[in-house]
Amino acid sequence: MVFQYPMITVQACLDGILLGILFALIAYGMALQWGVMNIINIAQGDLVILGGYIAYFMYLYGIHPAWGVIVSPIIMYFVGVGIYKLVINKVVDRDLFISILATFGISILFMQLMNFAFGADVVLANSGYGTTFLFDSAVVLPNSKIFSAFVSIVFAICLVIYMKKSKLGRAIRATAQNARAAKILGVDTEKVYAATFGLNAALCGVAGALISITFTIHPYMGLPYTIRSFMIVIVAGLGNLPGVAMSGMGLGVFEEFADYILGTEFRIGSVFLLLVLILVYRRFKLSRKREYLK
Amino acid sequence: MNKNVLLYAVIIIFGLAAPFVFPAFKVQLSILCVLIVLATTWNIQGGEMGYNTFGNILFYGLGMYLCASVQVGMFFPLAEWTESGGEKTFVHTPTQFFQGMAAGLVVAAVVPTIVAGLIGYAILGLRGHYFAICTLGLGVAAGEISGGIEIIGAGQGFTTPPFPNVGGLEARGEFFYFLSFGALVLTFIAVRAIYSTRFRLILNAIRDNEDKAEAMGIETMKYKIIGWMVSAFFCGLAGGIMGGLVGYIDSTDVAFDGREMGVFMVLMAILGGKGTLWGPVIGATAFHIFKEGFWTFFLGWQYVALGVLIVVIVIYFPEGIMGWLREKYPERFGEVVDEADRKAQVELK
Repeated sequence: MVFQYPMITVQACLDGILLGILFALIAYGMALQWGVMNIINIAQGDLVILGGYIAYFMYLYGIHPAWGVIVSPIIMYFVGVGIYKLVINKVVDRDLFISILATFGISILFMQLMNFAFGADVVLANSGYGTTFLFDSAVVLPNSKIFSAFVSIVFAICLVIYMKKSKLGRAIRATAQNARAAKILGVDTEKVYAATFGLNAALCGVAGALISITFTIHPYMGLPYTIRSFMIVIVAGLGNLPGVAMSGMGLGVFEEFADYILGTEFRIGSVFLLLVLILVYRRFKLSRKREYLK
Repeated sequence: MNKNVLLYAVIIIFGLAAPFVFPAFKVQLSILCVLIVLATTWNIQGGEMGYNTFGNILFYGLGMYLCASVQVGMFFPLAEWTESGGEKTFVHTPTQFFQGMAAGLVVAAVVPTIVAGLIGYAILGLRGHYFAICTLGLGVAAGEISGGIEIIGAGQGFTTPPFPNVGGLEARGEFFYFLSFGALVLTFIAVRAIYSTRFRLILNAIRDNEDKAEAMGIETMKYKIIGWMVSAFFCGLAGGIMGGLVGYIDSTDVAFDGREMGVFMVLMAILGGKGTLWGPVIGATAFHIFKEGFWTFFLGWQYVALGVLIVVIVIYFPEGIMGWLREKYPERFGEVVDEADRKAQVELK
């Protein structure tokens, strides 16, 4: 099929890359909190969906949903700090499994609250951006996808510069390297953790707003986003930003092809299977050197 | 020792008499038995071996589908059965039903065990959170994929054979109660026997420090796989029974229900106390009573309550009931330490 219909291949690749940039943005948030606080946040995907609903509600009240890209992260920042103060600060220095299970609880909680608040319908915010036709309209690209990829890149670049230049960014990087030493040198690690989780939630907010424009959102769709970002992070490694972008795009392309070849009903399943396969592959590769994934 | 014999005798007598004393709660008691089996087997991984898994739901769901498929497939074409959905064109005679159930349960227990061996070889080399996420992925993937397979009902679900019309109105409940109670007793005896051997010490060594255990010459991989296979055997059995009990199998809502059953088994084991024999039993009982008692008050808000419950238990009560009892009453529940042995250790230091 790949060679018989080259246009479908091009379409899938372009779709996948635009989608993958979005995934990479979520994965960057995941890598941030994993690296700094050493927690794995299962509720990541639910934060994304919540961010999406913020944009969707702006759309319902007549504001153009693209403004959600600005509003959603601001609200989500405070949601993130709130979650940190209530739950996450009690699991930061404990076993990773505790954090996985605690955030799993948060994830279930969020799912159900969103289900009550926003209903169980699949919704999307219509941006009205139209579509672009390439190659004699053989390849169709919605402009909203291009817009979302562009915004994601802008946000990622802003964040990288912020982490490099600002005082808080320096504090976050210092805490990631050695929390105890940072504390001794006068960094308020508690504040840094709260800010990190807030930043992560804000990133999720941006991604969610973009997803509500380009795709659809539904209260129960969170977990696949968590798994995708986890997968991207383990393939790319912590703190490897170009790697995160590349593996995000790779995952996007994989998903589009799985969608075309296997059918849409196996799309989510193939994502989860890919995660298992990647982990198994790395485990066998490392076990030859008698090592394991750390 | 005498006290223990008395305790077991009381439990067995209670278990055998329960469906006749509380006829209204038969289904609830059967579910409780299944929950205890699941929590106890999760504890082999999560508590004793230190491999926190979300993936035991895989064996549970697999057992459920296999048992029902064998039960139908032995006598009738499976595809036509699932296609007809709720309207039954085929009816099992009582003999066929019980034969099918027996064969189905055997298959439901054996096949997940083999699957666990194969998967275990691949993924038990992962450690800590990688293992946890990997098994979470496996459980969800199984649910998504089984939801796309036509022959077992795909998205519309699979109705298990209805109980044949024998032995009066109460027969169905009693049959499934004794089946699940039997599974519970079998599991408990097996797990207790395992825990009294060197195998438990090896599992604990893997939990405490796997590298050192390996350096001491223990083939950790082998024991990890065996432990996982034991879990899978009883999980599959429990799944097969539960499938018959519920009467309807759906890929993501009943069989591979990571959001409910998959979390419940972890939660029950942690609530009761990880790494103890009785912890999961107590935890499952407490959880089930809480769930059935209060779920009706939270009508519609069950998942919210569940989420809050998970967070609260994990953060404020990670030691569980058994851990708390051990701390409070060390003379009754604490680890038994040989006095002379302890003294010798102290002198060595």
